[in-house]
Amino acid sequence: MSPWIFFVEHRAEIAEATLAHLSLVLIAMLIAVAIAVPLGMLVVHRTTLRSFVLGLASVFQTIPSLALFGFLIPIPFIGGIGRRTAIFALVLYALLPILRNTYVGLTSIDSAVLQAAEAMGMTNAQILWRVRFPLALTFILAGIRTATIITIGVATIAAAIGAGGLGTFIFRGVAMVSDAVILAGAIPAALLAIVADLLLGWLERRLAVV
Amino acid sequence: MNAKATPTYQATIQFREVTYSIDSILGKSSSRPIVSGVSMQVSQGETLILLGRSGSGKTTLLRLINKLLVPSAGTVVVAGRATSEWNPIRLRRSIGYVIQEAGLFPHFTVAQNIALVPTLENWDAARVATRVEEMLNLVGLDPRDFAARRPHQLSGGQRQRVGVARALAADPPILLMDEPFGALDPVTRAELQHEFSALARRLGKTIVFVTHDVREALLLGTRIVLLQAGQIVATAPPDQFLDIDHPEVRAFAASLVPVPGARA
Repeated sequence: MSPWIFFVEHRAEIAEATLAHLSLVLIAMLIAVAIAVPLGMLVVHRTTLRSFVLGLASVFQTIPSLALFGFLIPIPFIGGIGRRTAIFALVLYALLPILRNTYVGLTSIDSAVLQAAEAMGMTNAQILWRVRFPLALTFILAGIRTATIITIGVATIAAAIGAGGLGTFIFRGVAMVSDAVILAGAIPAALLAIVADLLLGWLERRLAVV
Repeated sequence: MNAKATPTYQATIQFREVTYSIDSILGKSSSRPIVSGVSMQVSQGETLILLGRSGSGKTTLLRLINKLLVPSAGTVVVAGRATSEWNPIRLRRSIGYVIQEAGLFPHFTVAQNIALVPTLENWDAARVATRVEEMLNLVGLDPRDFAARRPHQLSGGQRQRVGVARALAADPPILLMDEPFGALDPVTRAELQHEFSALARRLGKTIVFVTHDVREALLLGTRIVLLQAGQIVATAPPDQFLDIDHPEVRAFAASLVPVPGARA
């Protein structure tokens, strides 16, 4: 069967899977940003905590995704079959790029700027919110962009544990030895990644300081 | 005696036997003093120059004044109160500070940079706007042309002018300057030095100015304090400074010798 005909015949199903995929990615990214950005801010002045947190996030990053999904299934509360487990795993993957970029962004600011801020009588909170954070924003967004693209890719594998999304077509296509079915999952996933990259890249440039 | 209940504000600074050392990485036992046993007085309205080579401790002395550093021993007194008694934020907002690279906020406009301390102090918007305009005129930048610019759209000299304007915006009685003209090209530097010396005389601020350039020290100072290895080795007004018989003074005087080809 030609991929084109399969696409047309299953367009409703593909659209639904794309939406499910997108919602997995969005939920995971929201949680990851909510954890990683504050954590990145927190570790700026805490060296021990920083190496621990960054080390742990790197460990998550190195676990093969299929293995991570597998590991999580038997764990109570967060584990099991379905979206919740998948989202949890996706969050773990997304943490490192955001965390690292937040930390690097907050610490790579011109020392003369920080020195001036302190000497002019800004409090630590004012320095963080009015100087460090705005200047780190493009770095943080770059981290979010990387994490989003990773998450869109990894989310296809989440179908293996019953989380739905575009991976459903890919796994089904592999089982059926059908290129058309594989492409019905792979092409929308690739398009999602490209669109996310372009959108977030545009936002990054819009918010660039200089 | 003055009958007023509150004493007049004196923008004076005293160092009393001040030592500052950092604990070495190996342990507290082997701490190395950056400045040791420094005693000096900066009077209201004078421009005191801290002159010395790199690593002589001049910047450290400056940072002890606005409590960016706290003495390991001794006391620094600003406006009649030891810095240990001062709230650091209050102290710093009453002291202007200018550094070599200006340290302007790249995400702020020139106007926002100058408005920094007034904004932190919650001045109303109209008063801030008036003040910003005044400050830009004071440092020779046309507000219509410069207020909305970002720091990266300025030359080095213009950035430094904005740095001075920012430091003066909240009208602090004391101004600290850490090699403010050090990164500028020689021509721009000379321009700013001359303008600044006129400005300093007119404003009557108490100024502590760090430099390693003896020419700058002689030009701008009302008094020069020479530092060597964290200690004061000489103090004199500019017209007497070069006559002091001390090897470090002679070393600095030697740096003034004109190069071949220069006209006297």
